[in-house]
Amino acid sequence: MTEKATNALELHDLSVAYRVNGRNRAVLRNLSLTIGQGEAYGLVGESGCGKSTVALTVVRYLPRNGSITGGAISLDGQDVMKLDAEALRRARADSVSMVYQDPGKALNPSLRIGRQLTEIFELGGVSGQAAEDRAIAMLNRVRISDPKSVMQRYPHQLSGGMQQRVAIAMALANDPTMLILDEPTTGLDATVEAEVLDLIAQLRRELSASILFISHNLAVVSNMCDRVGVLYAGMLVEEGPTDRVFSDPRHPYTVALLRCLPRGGQRKDHGRLDTIPGFLPGIGATIKGCAFADRCALATERCRTELPPLYELDDGHGGVRLSRCHYHEQAQALPRATPSDVAAPARKEAPAVLRVEGLNKTYASHGHALRAVKDVSVSLKPGETLGLVGESGSGKTTFARLLLGLVPPDQGGTIELEGKTLAPRLENRSDDQIKAMQIVFQNPDSALNRSHSIRHLISRALKRLAGLKGAALQARLEELVRSVRLTDRHLTVKPRQLSGGLKQRVAIARAFAGEPRIVVCDEPTSALDVSVQAAILNLLADLQSKEDVSYIFISHDLGVVRYLSDKIAVLYLGRIMELGPSENVFAGPHHPCTEALLSAVPKLDQTETARIRLDGEIPSATNPPSGCVFHTRCPRKIGAICEEKEPPLSEAQPGHSIRCHIPYAELARLQAPKQPVPA
Amino acid sequence: MSLSLVTLFLLSIMVFLGGQVLPGNVGRAILGPFADQRAVDALNHTLGVDRPLLTQYGSWIWNFIQGDMGTSYIFRSPVAPFVLDALVNSMKLAAVAFVLVVPIGILGGVIAALNLNRPLDRIISLGGLSVTVLPEFVTGIILILIFGVWLRWLPISAAWPKDAGFFTQLYYLILPSLPLFLVLFGYIARMARSGMIEALDSDYTRTAVLKGLPWRTVIWRHVLRNALLPTITVIATQTGYLIGGLVVIETLFRYQGIGSLIFTAARGKDFPILEAGILTIGIVYAIATLAADFLYSVLNPRIRLGTDQ
Repeated sequence: MTEKATNALELHDLSVAYRVNGRNRAVLRNLSLTIGQGEAYGLVGESGCGKSTVALTVVRYLPRNGSITGGAISLDGQDVMKLDAEALRRARADSVSMVYQDPGKALNPSLRIGRQLTEIFELGGVSGQAAEDRAIAMLNRVRISDPKSVMQRYPHQLSGGMQQRVAIAMALANDPTMLILDEPTTGLDATVEAEVLDLIAQLRRELSASILFISHNLAVVSNMCDRVGVLYAGMLVEEGPTDRVFSDPRHPYTVALLRCLPRGGQRKDHGRLDTIPGFLPGIGATIKGCAFADRCALATERCRTELPPLYELDDGHGGVRLSRCHYHEQAQALPRATPSDVAAPARKEAPAVLRVEGLNKTYASHGHALRAVKDVSVSLKPGETLGLVGESGSGKTTFARLLLGLVPPDQGGTIELEGKTLAPRLENRSDDQIKAMQIVFQNPDSALNRSHSIRHLISRALKRLAGLKGAALQARLEELVRSVRLTDRHLTVKPRQLSGGLKQRVAIARAFAGEPRIVVCDEPTSALDVSVQAAILNLLADLQSKEDVSYIFISHDLGVVRYLSDKIAVLYLGRIMELGPSENVFAGPHHPCTEALLSAVPKLDQTETARIRLDGEIPSATNPPSGCVFHTRCPRKIGAICEEKEPPLSEAQPGHSIRCHIPYAELARLQAPKQPVPA
Repeated sequence: MSLSLVTLFLLSIMVFLGGQVLPGNVGRAILGPFADQRAVDALNHTLGVDRPLLTQYGSWIWNFIQGDMGTSYIFRSPVAPFVLDALVNSMKLAAVAFVLVVPIGILGGVIAALNLNRPLDRIISLGGLSVTVLPEFVTGIILILIFGVWLRWLPISAAWPKDAGFFTQLYYLILPSLPLFLVLFGYIARMARSGMIEALDSDYTRTAVLKGLPWRTVIWRHVLRNALLPTITVIATQTGYLIGGLVVIETLFRYQGIGSLIFTAARGKDFPILEAGILTIGIVYAIATLAADFLYSVLNPRIRLGTDQ
């Protein structure tokens, strides 16, 4: 590749439309952006704002109904729009690569990993053993241990993190000048996400590729990118150096987005999260003035009629930053959409609503015993939230299923609800016990019957769980619908006509129909955008203080868990490694496993702390390590005792227990100076 | 495997009940209302139908497993040769139809998917669907009229002369297999088409295209195999139909297959042939389904290698 002074990627006035019902609807509107050689550019925005369309347009892989309606794309000085089929194929083979979310689907399920890699080298005329060697070298490069055996495997035999490494290896195999990463870590665990991001950061130093990084996760972008662009309704609304944009935003939309995130250890009793009112304009909507005007409390008449240009501002480093707001000087004065004030409920001493004692679950897996949950004991008071954190495979979901009676636990353990022992199986529990414990799933799409109206779905839950009929049912229905902030308009429609956030509200209404004592929330916001996530978290917090309900809250997003939880249990291989009040667990001193989890979280404020990297994958639960199960990956292992003897879960401070051989005072010394609180 | 054995067992009970028990007095049914009661009793005794039901079933199924399918009431000779001859004939017809329809059906579906929503796709999809909904006796008669009566290219009866060689038999089988082809073509093409569309829209196809692989490699290596997996299962379940469900075609073309054998037996109240025929078809269905499952698991690494990890 000859060294040229050109930019790696230039989009000039790019417009893209999707043809729906015979009409072209604009998705990208006159988008211009430039990525320099070797630069990492982040593109952020909520779903539906056109982020992925940008990526697909650059590689000319729009869906059948998509078309470029104007503008130009220049990739490494080459006009992508003018390429014929063969030249386009060459460009894809030589200079641009893409990695996207859901690596499980991105790899061909019926070809071995090796084959999927070698075919890339074959394009360059390298075949046979030479191609194999290069493929193995590539897998080594993405830090896959034992690449020879991975070459022989099929995608389904690898974990999500490994699959994404393979996908990255495939993308880098042709040594591209432009690497497009479209939500590459969405859906991965926090620790796996951190590993993949680490890998990308390292590779960036090794390779010369420019990067277009697309993500809805602002913290991830802030750690990865030099510059960031904020996309709204297919338009760039703000652009500038990442640290400037996130610390000193100049567009109300950016301001609002940043406020939606539970940050800096914010908790439900400190106040509610801010939200963004209204919705993104639908694709193809005609936008006269500023696209954000309808949702912006600062908007004036001018904003509604006159499209703001991209104002050029000084970025404080002698460069230029852009904001598409008439009043960019005042953007940060945006008033809150949701009042923060909240009456902190008076904690009253009450007997525990849930008490779990010595719960175990062993699965038989190919003749081996798989201890999914081992000796778990917790208790929960009314109105409290227990946050469950840990990597995938740590037993969070199994524990929730045990509580709900969906799978029976091993003999011996007990689950007590309001002082009464629960039958291990759902079938043997009384109706009252069943309706006292409900669940909200991650994906409301698959949890709601798509052929019924919302009214039918909620009424049915009221009939089944609350035993209501007639007028009483109607009254309760209206109350319930109001309490989850849905309106009558939503009742007549079917689930598919609602957005993800609204569907999740329906799911929450359904769970609350029987006035439950405990609601298990299994990743309830991880499929949602940050502004919607904030609204759902607020809703859960409000319902909790109103109804005194307890939550078991499972999430891989530690900021979210921290916001809602009073207590945290950190799980690893089915065992509780640490259990205590949320603040103590987060502030430390904490178990090395917790420490690693916390340091893996990407932070918005870019105070890069030395990350504790957990090497390798979580060990198999069929064959857990001897002694302390964490010793194989523990950065603070003290010696043979860790391999020989499993430490007890001992109370370090009142209410705060840690399963570690290192004494509490020693942990405190090791973990000081105190780490900055995570975002 | 064990499931298909259970299915066969249940089928055998149903066949047994239908063939031996429901007709009531077998001897009376055969000899007619005016026969002497003593003759009827004697016949019942010879046939063994005066024994307890369980004993009857036991000896019937035991003999069947050993290859003795009983004695025909009408021909007064063992059933097995009849059934086996008919089965072989049916399999010949099925094989010809199968060899014609599977590659052409898949090809049609693939071509349709690659030309999605263009005229070629419309022609294949719509054409396939229209001939599929026509019953085979309608297409059969039309084909006989065109190729047998009007053009005189092909014989209108499938009954080939004695000692006919392979190619002569094939020549006689083309016309009867055409209606079957028409019935199955639309079905297979539609399955292949939807499998292709799904595979073409998949993320792994996008990955393959963005690797810069030539279009032909993308289709052959990445799309086809994943696209055709579901089609294979459908084809296999149709094998059963091709062998057992051809009463109409076999009658129309005067072909001695197992379908027409069962039909004749049913009309002549020849229960042993009827029972043996139905059970044989059941076995063919079971084997076809097993073969499909086996093929599917060989081609699909997810099933073959399990989802450990």
